[in-house]
Amino acid sequence: MASKTVIDELKKSKILELLEQGKRIDGRALDEPREISIEVNAIPKANGSARVRLGDTEVICGVKIQPDRPFPDTGDKGLFICTAELLPLSHPTVETGPPQPHVIELARVVDRGIRESHMIDVSQLVIQKDKSVIGVFADNVVVDYDGNLFDACSYAATAALLTSKTPKWNWVDEKAVLDESEPTQLPTSTIPVSVTMAKIGNHIIVDPNGDEWNSMDARITITSDSDGNICALQKGGSNGFSQDEINQCGEISVRVGAKIREILKAAQQSGQ
Amino acid sequence: MGGRDATMVLLDENGIRCDGRKIDELRKVTIKAGGLKNADGSAYIEFGDNKILVGVFGPRDVHPKHMSNTDTGILRVRYHMEPFSVTERKNPAPSRREIEISKVIKEALEPAVMLEKFPRTAIDVFIEVLQADGGTRCAALSAASVALADAGIPMRDMVSACASGKVADTIVLDVNNEEDQAGQADMPIGYMPNLEKITLLQLDGVLTPEEYKKCVDVGVQGCKDIYEIQKKALADKYFGNKGD
Repeated sequence: MASKTVIDELKKSKILELLEQGKRIDGRALDEPREISIEVNAIPKANGSARVRLGDTEVICGVKIQPDRPFPDTGDKGLFICTAELLPLSHPTVETGPPQPHVIELARVVDRGIRESHMIDVSQLVIQKDKSVIGVFADNVVVDYDGNLFDACSYAATAALLTSKTPKWNWVDEKAVLDESEPTQLPTSTIPVSVTMAKIGNHIIVDPNGDEWNSMDARITITSDSDGNICALQKGGSNGFSQDEINQCGEISVRVGAKIREILKAAQQSGQ
Repeated sequence: MGGRDATMVLLDENGIRCDGRKIDELRKVTIKAGGLKNADGSAYIEFGDNKILVGVFGPRDVHPKHMSNTDTGILRVRYHMEPFSVTERKNPAPSRREIEISKVIKEALEPAVMLEKFPRTAIDVFIEVLQADGGTRCAALSAASVALADAGIPMRDMVSACASGKVADTIVLDVNNEEDQAGQADMPIGYMPNLEKITLLQLDGVLTPEEYKKCVDVGVQGCKDIYEIQKKALADKYFGNKGD
């Protein structure tokens, strides 16, 4: 996705030309995300999972829940770790090997959005203080690429967490021992929704597709919670935003995020 | 990174913070332009207890060659923390955090640097954090733009940076390490003061929409204060103190 061709240049000028008339290359309104489809429990062997399509971008997230050692300075809190990976089958330019900086950024931004919303109350995930805690691992894999992986991964992880069931462990003889009782719903509170916007020329568009992603000057990802508060943000790309644009993006993210939250809630209902 | 003191008072009844500052007050910031002999440009910043050294090389040949671009120069940034810069020794290998920060600093500088004037070349920015105390990415970004200017690289504007945040339910300027660990939100901002453009913006922590706007506003004001210190650093080196 890093390489730019003449075709990309032509697409960019066409996209900009259309935006000057208030139109987008795929006919969407400027603040309209692509169609989101969520299939929960797609991977029954995981404790929770979701397969999310955002337009033609597709991500699968699996949640694994297992006992782990706590971090030395936070023995009274469980672990929550969210990762993201681009599989080589997702795009011809993706290669195997150590993760590139843009993939590291992706994983960290998705993790931060969910973590900072306090969707998962990690203080409830303790088996034995300072000795053993419950770790919740949400691993995203991108299987098809058409722009805006930030939101696709975030929705997949959130949907998977909303439908995750956690086993119970007891502390016996200095060991975490699995309780045979039926797994229960993973305790979650707010539903974080990430909304990524691209700036192309002087236009702000929601949920850029692959062509728009290649054409953008800068981007911003804002995560809001169920109360309509903003809990995480990341600006990216090689250009800047004015202060007015930053305020405008904040408003768009809360407004558009509220609609997307309903889709996530519906997915949660369908999984029960 | 450090131990937390649960009894620490973040903001007392007189509006004074844990390190004695007012809510809209920066830590003590000093920037020195130059200082390294071999680098084409350099800068050293002390931002509170942060101590950061930046060296710039280029425009120069690109290695590996396939990274070069025939239309424009490229900017490469490495943000790196020394093992001794934090309370517990840090593994010297670049962490995922450092890779992400390198990327956001690069993208914050790119709008300011006239890379298009130097096709097929690279400008390398090396940031070494000697001592860290909260807000290193902003301090590093402010020092890096001084180092780029010191290298004589044509720029559209400086990039000035500092963080704002929410501590004890109050929006404050320039969050320090203790406030970052125990506070409610941290928003690093990079800003081009003449072009009035925000080029670095991150946030972790919960803010209402009103607090969000206030936080951006407070941070931008702080960046303008940093800009004056950056100008003074360059004036001190090139005009012998006449700049202040």
